[in-house]
Amino acid sequence: MKESTDNVMNENGAGCAVNLSDNMNSAQISGDRVEFTREMKKDYTILIPDMLPVHFKLLRNIFLQNGYKVGLLKNTGRRVVDTGLKYVHNDTCYPALLVIGQMISALQSGKYDVNKVALMITQTGGGCRASNYIHLLRKALVKAGLSQVPVISLNLSGLESNSGFKLTLEMLYQALIGLTYGDLFMLLKNQVRSYEVNKGDADELIAKWVKELSSQFRHRKGYTPKGMEKNMRAIVEDFNRIKIKKVPKTKVGVVGEIYVKYSSMANNDLENFLVDQDCEVMVPGVMGFMMFKIDNRIEDINLYGGSLAKKKVVQALMKYCEMLEGMLRDSVSKYSDFMPPSKYAHIKELITGVVGLGNKMGEGWLLTAEMLELAESGYENIICAQPFGCLPNHIVGKGMIRKVKEIYPQANIVPIDYDPGATKVNQENRIKLMLAVAREG
Amino acid sequence: MRIGLDVGSTTLKCVVLDDNDRIIYKDYQRHFSQITEKTVHMLSDIREKFPDEKEVCLTISGSAGMGIADTLNIPFEQEVYATRVAVNKMIPGTDVVIELGGEDAKILFLTDGLEVRMNGSCAGGTGAFIDQMATLLNMEAGEMNEIAKNYDKIYTIASRCGVFAKSDVQPLLNQGAQKNDISASIFYAVVNQTIAGLAQGREIEGKVVYLGGPLTFLSELRKAFDNTLKLTGVAPENSLYFVAMGAALKKDNKSFDIDELIKKIEGYTATGGYASCKPLFTSKEEFDKFLDRHKKNSDHIKKVDTLTGHAFLGIDAGSTTVKAVVVDENANILCSRYLPNGGNPVPLIKEFLEDLYNQYPDIHIESSAVTGYGEEMIMNAFGVDYGIVETVAHFTAAKKFQPDVDFIIDIGGQDIKCFQIRNNAIDNIFLNEACSSGCGSFLQTFAGALGYGIEEFAKLGLFADKPVDLGSRCTVFMNSSVKQAQKDGASIENISAGLSISVVKNALYKVIRAASAKQLGEHIVVQGGTFLNNAVLRAFEQEIGHDVVRPEMAGIMGAYGCALYAMENSTGKSGVLDAEGLKNFTHEIKMTTCNGCNNHCKLTINIFDNGRRFVSGNRCDKPTSKKAEGPQYDLYTYKLHLLEEYRRSEIPKERARGTIGIPMGLNMYELLPFWYALFTRLGFNVVTSPNSSRSLYLSGQHTIPSDTVCFPAKLMHGHIEALLKENVDAIFYPCLSYNFDEGLGDNHYNCPVVAYYPEVLEANVKALRDVKFIYEYLGIHRRKDFTKKFHKVLEKYFGKMKFADVSMACNYAYEEYEKHMRLVRMEGRKYLRIAKREEKPVIVLAGRPYHLDPEINHGINKLICDLGAVVVTEDSVSDMADHVRTKVLNQWMYHSRMYAAAEYVADAGDPKLNLVQLVSFGCGVDAITTDEVRRILEEKGKIYTQIKIDEITNLGAVKIRLRSLFAATGQKSTK
Repeated sequence: MKESTDNVMNENGAGCAVNLSDNMNSAQISGDRVEFTREMKKDYTILIPDMLPVHFKLLRNIFLQNGYKVGLLKNTGRRVVDTGLKYVHNDTCYPALLVIGQMISALQSGKYDVNKVALMITQTGGGCRASNYIHLLRKALVKAGLSQVPVISLNLSGLESNSGFKLTLEMLYQALIGLTYGDLFMLLKNQVRSYEVNKGDADELIAKWVKELSSQFRHRKGYTPKGMEKNMRAIVEDFNRIKIKKVPKTKVGVVGEIYVKYSSMANNDLENFLVDQDCEVMVPGVMGFMMFKIDNRIEDINLYGGSLAKKKVVQALMKYCEMLEGMLRDSVSKYSDFMPPSKYAHIKELITGVVGLGNKMGEGWLLTAEMLELAESGYENIICAQPFGCLPNHIVGKGMIRKVKEIYPQANIVPIDYDPGATKVNQENRIKLMLAVAREG
Repeated sequence: MRIGLDVGSTTLKCVVLDDNDRIIYKDYQRHFSQITEKTVHMLSDIREKFPDEKEVCLTISGSAGMGIADTLNIPFEQEVYATRVAVNKMIPGTDVVIELGGEDAKILFLTDGLEVRMNGSCAGGTGAFIDQMATLLNMEAGEMNEIAKNYDKIYTIASRCGVFAKSDVQPLLNQGAQKNDISASIFYAVVNQTIAGLAQGREIEGKVVYLGGPLTFLSELRKAFDNTLKLTGVAPENSLYFVAMGAALKKDNKSFDIDELIKKIEGYTATGGYASCKPLFTSKEEFDKFLDRHKKNSDHIKKVDTLTGHAFLGIDAGSTTVKAVVVDENANILCSRYLPNGGNPVPLIKEFLEDLYNQYPDIHIESSAVTGYGEEMIMNAFGVDYGIVETVAHFTAAKKFQPDVDFIIDIGGQDIKCFQIRNNAIDNIFLNEACSSGCGSFLQTFAGALGYGIEEFAKLGLFADKPVDLGSRCTVFMNSSVKQAQKDGASIENISAGLSISVVKNALYKVIRAASAKQLGEHIVVQGGTFLNNAVLRAFEQEIGHDVVRPEMAGIMGAYGCALYAMENSTGKSGVLDAEGLKNFTHEIKMTTCNGCNNHCKLTINIFDNGRRFVSGNRCDKPTSKKAEGPQYDLYTYKLHLLEEYRRSEIPKERARGTIGIPMGLNMYELLPFWYALFTRLGFNVVTSPNSSRSLYLSGQHTIPSDTVCFPAKLMHGHIEALLKENVDAIFYPCLSYNFDEGLGDNHYNCPVVAYYPEVLEANVKALRDVKFIYEYLGIHRRKDFTKKFHKVLEKYFGKMKFADVSMACNYAYEEYEKHMRLVRMEGRKYLRIAKREEKPVIVLAGRPYHLDPEINHGINKLICDLGAVVVTEDSVSDMADHVRTKVLNQWMYHSRMYAAAEYVADAGDPKLNLVQLVSFGCGVDAITTDEVRRILEEKGKIYTQIKIDEITNLGAVKIRLRSLFAATGQKSTK
C-alpha cells in the first residue's frame, strides 16, 4: 500500500495546499496536458460552469479578489446538450455531458478568445465516474480542435497542479464561507418564495445582498466571524420582513446527484415547476455535501486504518465547517421563525444503522440521510433527482427508498431520471402523480 | 353531466357519467397524434347524443393531455391517480392494479401504504412493445393472442427493452421456431418486465385488477400474469375506461358550456414550439439535382434481361429482410429480390429460385454465397457454396461503386453496420449495440403507429419546413420525444423528417461516435434498405457535410457482395440446388432440449430432404459436431474450474464453528479463494450459492429496486434467495470501497455497484434481516488494519476469538489469493505459448472477474474457441504490460487491468493477438473505459472490439462481430 500523498477531499472538492489523502497512488496522468501557467494568470479568463447561480456568483467574486479572472458560463439550451452528445461518450452521466457541452459550446460560440481562456472543473478522487470529468473534458477539447485550452483541476487531493493556480488554505476558507452564505440564501428563499405577496421580493433581496457581499469581499470584509454574524443576522431579518401570505402548500424536498439536484439546466427547471404547482420546496444545502466529503476522510481512517496526524488535520477543517454551520443555524433560529437546516451531525445520526458510513462514492450515505432528514422535518414528499444510470444512485437513491419508507411510512418518494433523451412531459407527469398522492393527505 | 377525457399516448378515451356516477356514454379511438381534431370530434358526438345537456363538467387526464388542459385551463387529473379513484369506487377491496397502456406500464398498490409505480425512461413491455413484436411476426396483436393459446414452450426473451427483445425474437424466427411459442414467450416477457421493473421488491398479492388496452384485449397476456403471480386477476368491465372514469369523478370539477368548450379546443394550437433542424430540401430543383447525382453513381452497373454465359447467386438472409441477386459474368444484374423475411427465410429463397429456374430454364449457376443471420440455415437448406460474414460481403459490393471506398455505413432493418477501410482491408467495425438499434424497423413501426406506410411516411418529410430535433437516442426514448413534439404542435411532416434525421444522428453519434465528418472518411458508401429512403440519405449528407455514394441497389448490397464473392471464388461447379433438386425440397422443424451440459439449450432442428439439417439455439458446438477438433484453450473455463475447489468445505459438523454462506457473484468471482481460506482456516464451513441460472435470477427479481442497474448486480438477488434456503449460520458479503492495489493505476477502487451492493440487498431483501447478514465495510487493501478489523467483526458476530488465530488465518487468506492469481497467470502464459507454437489466434477477453459466470457471458468464451482461437483473461496478462499511461483517471482496480491488458496487446505487435472487451449493459464505468481501451489499441493500429452483454441470450450478433474481427485481422496479417 502506497501512502505517499493524502487528500482532504475527493469528490467535487475544492483544492487544498495541504496534502492529506486517500490511498491515492502518486498521480500518473500528467502526460501532455496543457498547464495553466503563471503568465496565463495575467490575462486568461477562467470559465467555470454554473451549478448554483447564487453560490457560484459568490465563489466567482472570491476568485476575482484573489487575482483570477473568472467567468461564469450561462449558456444553456439544446445546443449545450447536442455539443455534449457530440463530444462526450453518450453513456456518460448527464452532468458530465452538460458541463462539457456547456464549456465547448461556449468556446465555439465566438464569444471568447480561445487562446486566452482556460476552463476550470472540479476533480475528484472518489470511486464515482465524476472523478473522470476532467479527463473527458480534455478528450473532448482535443476532438473539438481546442486542445490548446488549459483545464484547471479544482481539487483537494493534490491530483494535478498548475503553476498559475493555487488554492491556498485562505482561499479554501473563503470559499467555504461563500458557500455558507449561498446556503443561507437558498434556505430562506425556498421558505419565502412560495408565499410572497409581491412575486420576486426574495430574488431582489438576494441580488442586493450578493452585490453587498461582493463589495465586502473586495475589501476583505465579511469573512471574519464577527462580520459574518452581522451579515447573516441582517440577511435573515431582511427576509423576515418580506411580506408573505401563509397558505397551505405541498411541502416537497429535493435530493439527488449534486449537479442534477441543483442545476436548473439539468433538472428542467425543477424548482420553478414545483413552485408553479403550488409547492414549497426544500433543497438541502451545499455545505452538507462538503462536510460529508471531508468527513469521509475521517471515516475512511476509522474503517480501514490510517495516519492519526492526517486525521487531525481533517478534523480541524471539519471543525471549521461546523463553526460556519453553527453560525448559519443560529442566525436563522435567533432572528426569525424560519426553519434552520439540520446539523450535519444530526443527519449523520439519522443514517446510522441505515446505510454504512463507509458508503462514500458520489453522494453516498448523505443522499439517503437527506431523505430521512426531509421526512423527519415535514418534507415527506421527496423527489430523488438523478442522472439516468447514475451508479451511486442505484445504491443510495433507488436502492434505499424502501428502507426510508420503513422508517417513515408517510414518506412519498419519486425517483426521476434526467438525461438528454428523457422528456420533460414524462418527468412532470411522474411528479404530478407524486403530488396527487401528497395532496390526498 | 360529467365528462372524463383520457388522452393517452396512442388512444383517446372518454366517459360520460350521469349524476349517479353511472356511465351513460363511452368512446375509444386511436388518435394517430391528431389529438385536437379527435377530441373535438368526440365532444361533438357527445353534444349530438345529449342535445339537452349544455352545461358539462370536463376533466382531462393522460400524459398527452397535459398541454391542452394547461393552456385552456381545463381541470387535469394525473392519470394514475385517476385510475386509483376509479378503482376504489368500482372495485372496492382491490389490493393491486396492473395497468398496461400504449407506452406506459403501471402498478398501483392500494393497500398497506399507497404506492404507485410507473415505468421509467427505460421502458419495454408496453402496448407499443407488443405491437412492435406483432409487426415482427407479421400479424396483429389479436392474432398473436389467438395462436398463443396453443403453445408448447416458452423461450427466454429479454424483457427490459423492446429493442433487446427484438434481437431475441428475430433469431428465433429465423431459426424456424414456432410462432405460437414465440407469441406466448413475448407475453411472458411482458410479465417479467412488469414485475422486475415495477414491483421493485413488493409482492403482488391479494385482489389484483388488470386494466388498459393490452390486458383488455389479450386474454393470453392476462393468463401469463395469472400464472406468474399464481393468482387470478380481475379484468373488469370497462377496463379501458378507468382513467377517463377517474377523471370524470374528480371532485372540484369545473363546468363549461359545451359549445364554447368545443370551440375553445378547436382553436387550440399547441404552444411553445419545439427545437428544430434545418429542412432537408427547400425546393423541388434541389431535390431533383440530388436524385440525379445519386443516379449517376450507379450507371455502370446495368440491369440485363438475358443471360449470356455463367450466373452467380448471392443471398443476404438478414434479420428482417431477405435479399437475393443473380449476376452475370460482368457483374450486371439479371434479377434481384428484396423481401421482408416474415420470420422464415427458407420458403422465400425457395420461391426465388423456383421463379429463377422458371424464367431462365437454361441457367447455370456457377457459384453461390450467402451472408446474414440466416447464413448457416440457407447454406444447409439449399447447398449454397460459401457462407461469408456480412462485413466482407458489403465491402466487396461497395468497392464496385467506389473503388477508393474508405468508409461504409449500412443501415438495415435492425442493424447499423459501419466499416472503416484502410489499406484495402477492413480496419475497424462499428455495429450498433442492442440499445440503439432503432434504425429501419423503427421508422417502419413509427410510420405504422401514425397510420402510414413507411415509404409514404418518409416522403412526407422531404419538404418539411421545421423538422423536429429528436436528438440521438434509443428507440424507447424517441417515443416520448415524439410525444413531446406532438404536444408542442409539430406537424406529421416535421416529425417524419425529424425521425429520419435522428436515425442518422443515432448512427453517427451513438454507433460510430464521430465528432466530425472528416473522421469517417473521404469516400463514403452508404447502403442498406434504410438509405433508399431519400430523406434519410439527405439527412446523412447534411449531417456529415459532404456528398456520399448511394448505389441504386442500396438495399441489396449484401447479396450483391455475396454474388461478387461467389464469382471471385468460383470453382466452376456449384452445389446449390437445381430445378430438379428444388422439386424434392422439404423442410421439417423439430424442437428438442440439448442435455449435453448445464445450459440445457432449447434446440430447433431443421431437417431438409436428403438428410441435410441445421440445428440452432445451441450455445456451443456440442450437439452439432460429433467430436471436438483438438483441445480448446479457454482461460475462462480454467478459472471457473479453479474456483470449484472453493465452493463447499466439509469440516465435520462437530468440529465446525458454523457455516458461512457466500453469494457467488460480482467480486466473489475473484475473492472467493481469499474468504474461503480465511473462514475455513478458522474452522468455519463455507457454502456458496449455486451457479447462476435463469430460474435463480427470476427467483430474486422481485426485490430489485433499480431496473437499470447492471445484470451481474441483479443476479445477486437470486443468489441471496438461494443462500437463504441453505441452512447457514451467516451470510457473508462485505462492502468493499477499495480492492487490492496491484499498482496498475492511480487508485484501486471498486465501482460503486460492486463496492456497495450488499447495502442494497440488505435494504430490499427482507428475509436477510432474519439471518446473520455480515456486510461490514472492510479494507482488504491494508493488510494489518484488515486483520485487526476482521477480528473485531468476527467477535461481533461469533463471540470471543483469539487474535492470533485470526491473524494466522488472514495470512493464509492473502497467500491463498496470491496463489490463485499466480495459477491464473501461469496458465495464461501457457496458453499464449501454445497459441504461438500452433499459430492460433488469441483473444484477450477483457472483462471483470464476474464475467466468468456463464449466465453473464452467455458462453462467448466458448464461441471464440469454436471459431478457432485461444481465450485468455485480462488479469492473466495485465501484469505483463509496460507502464500504462492512461488519459483518464485510472482508479478502478478491475478496469486498470483492462487498460493494462490493452497496453499489452497493443505493444505486442502480433496480428494474431487481439482484445475483445466485454461490457455489461448499464455499466456506467464502462462509458469511460471503453473509450480509453479503444484509444490504447487504436493508437497502435489494433482493432477494438466491444461486446455489450445483458440478459440477452442470442449469440448471433456476437458471432458476426467476432467473425468480422477475424476476417479483418486475417486480412491484416496477409497484407
